[in-house]
Amino acid sequence: MSELRELYQSVILDHNKKPRNFGVVEDANCAADGHNPLCGDKIFVTARVEDGVVEDLRFEGSGCAISTASASLMTQSVKGRSLDEAQALFEGFHELVTSDPKQAPSTAGLGKLEVFAGVREFPMRVKCATLAWHTLKNALEHEDATAKTE
Amino acid sequence: MSFDVQTARKDFPILQETAHGKPLVFLDSAASAQKPRAVLEAMTNLYSHSYANIHRGVYELSMRATDAFEEAREKVRAFLGAPEAREIVFVRGATEGINLVASTFGRTRVSEGDEILITHMEHHANIVPWQMLCEQTGAVLRVAPIDDDGALLVDEFEKLLTPRTKLAAVVHVSNALGTVNPVRELVELAHARGVPVLVDGAQAVPHQRVDVRELGCDFYVFSSHKVFGPSGVGALWGKAEHLEAMPPYQGGGEMILSVSFEKTVYNEIPHKFEAGTPDIAGVVGLGAAIDYVNGLGLDAIAAHERELLAYGTERLLEVPGLRLIGTAPHKASVLSFVLDGVHPHDIGTILDQEGICVRTGHHCAQPVMERFGIPATARASLALYNDESDVDRLVAALGKVREVFA
Repeated sequence: MSELRELYQSVILDHNKKPRNFGVVEDANCAADGHNPLCGDKIFVTARVEDGVVEDLRFEGSGCAISTASASLMTQSVKGRSLDEAQALFEGFHELVTSDPKQAPSTAGLGKLEVFAGVREFPMRVKCATLAWHTLKNALEHEDATAKTE
Repeated sequence: MSFDVQTARKDFPILQETAHGKPLVFLDSAASAQKPRAVLEAMTNLYSHSYANIHRGVYELSMRATDAFEEAREKVRAFLGAPEAREIVFVRGATEGINLVASTFGRTRVSEGDEILITHMEHHANIVPWQMLCEQTGAVLRVAPIDDDGALLVDEFEKLLTPRTKLAAVVHVSNALGTVNPVRELVELAHARGVPVLVDGAQAVPHQRVDVRELGCDFYVFSSHKVFGPSGVGALWGKAEHLEAMPPYQGGGEMILSVSFEKTVYNEIPHKFEAGTPDIAGVVGLGAAIDYVNGLGLDAIAAHERELLAYGTERLLEVPGLRLIGTAPHKASVLSFVLDGVHPHDIGTILDQEGICVRTGHHCAQPVMERFGIPATARASLALYNDESDVDRLVAALGKVREVFA
């Protein structure tokens, strides 16, 4: 049960219940859809990028607690950052959730995102955690295609 | 005839397993069923004592293998109540069976502007092959609607049978909702208008006796792995007149009588549709699974599941915030549900930690999910080896879900 507590800890449950930055950026210049076909998680990410900075970032969608909390914490982490910083966060997050659960998690620079270290014990849920990030990446690269976590 | 579920459970070695240190509670037979020792032994025995390629050898071992294979075909015939063994085609599973019919029967009978009728509760296996057929031929797919309980609106089904309908394909028992369709009635309605009917029986044969002559349908498919046999094999039954008129599905050895570069002559049915060396051990395993199920008696199994379904339904309805999806008056032992404020995926993970296996997601029935306005359900399915303690543990674990998500 302790692994479960690590996965569903209070930060994640809180962000699932009250997702931050939930909605649509009205004057967005980046957008992308994401979909996890395995379980039906759906997400729509919109952003306004100006001078290489992510000025506004929101998400909409329906999904499990992990994907919702991940999207919420992602928007909090990335809003106001440069595109390079967003890319670094993407890589850091991906590294964190796919790393060996027997090793200490590498959480440097991730701030609150470190709560997702618990996902490592649940390989079936990694794709829930990374969906928002893959979708964000697509949006920032101005791609049209729906992001999938395959 | 009744059977003792505790005795039956001992026949299934995997039920002794633990998951996350807890005794296994397997509630996902609708995705794939567990196998009794008799099936495992039949396959090992074949490989140990009687294995050779079938139909073509002149030595004794090949005869043993061929006899075992063809015996299994006869077992499938009797299992389905089909008139002749040559009407049984071994395929990889229900999905391949449907694809076979769509590619051969479908391609020769369906053309532009024709219609194919299915229902809103179909599994993707009984949707996509028809969509592909429509794309290839310019035909149109029509979908009979279901009501809020997940029951088929038979009047609407009837109205959708038009002079252009060339085939109807319906599921016998819905894997997502548990609904049991009135297949005989649907077949009568279709045949009155000259429309042949394919029935997807994947979820039916583990739970009830099926007699294709009683049902009156033209094709019936099922998968071995759902009826306690090995994965990778299934059967398609088709009326001889249809199978004889259909062009072959895959080409190769076995499905021919003679091959030359000038002319190749195809084999008789069912071999015409069985190209290449089949899953010999799989077929023998399926035969053993049918023997096992017949040994317990499908009527006894159905009675056990009926009681368990009633118990499970009652207990689940006690869980606060739980809503059952699929409440048709005539239902099989599938309990699909959603829980207020908790996504099925999260339910599944927490249940897993308690050793409980349920399926979460769209169950290869995305149109069903859309119809009920939900992204997914959690599904507990009951089979012959489940008992009340399985249900009790499920309900207790749902309490834990509530704790986590309070």
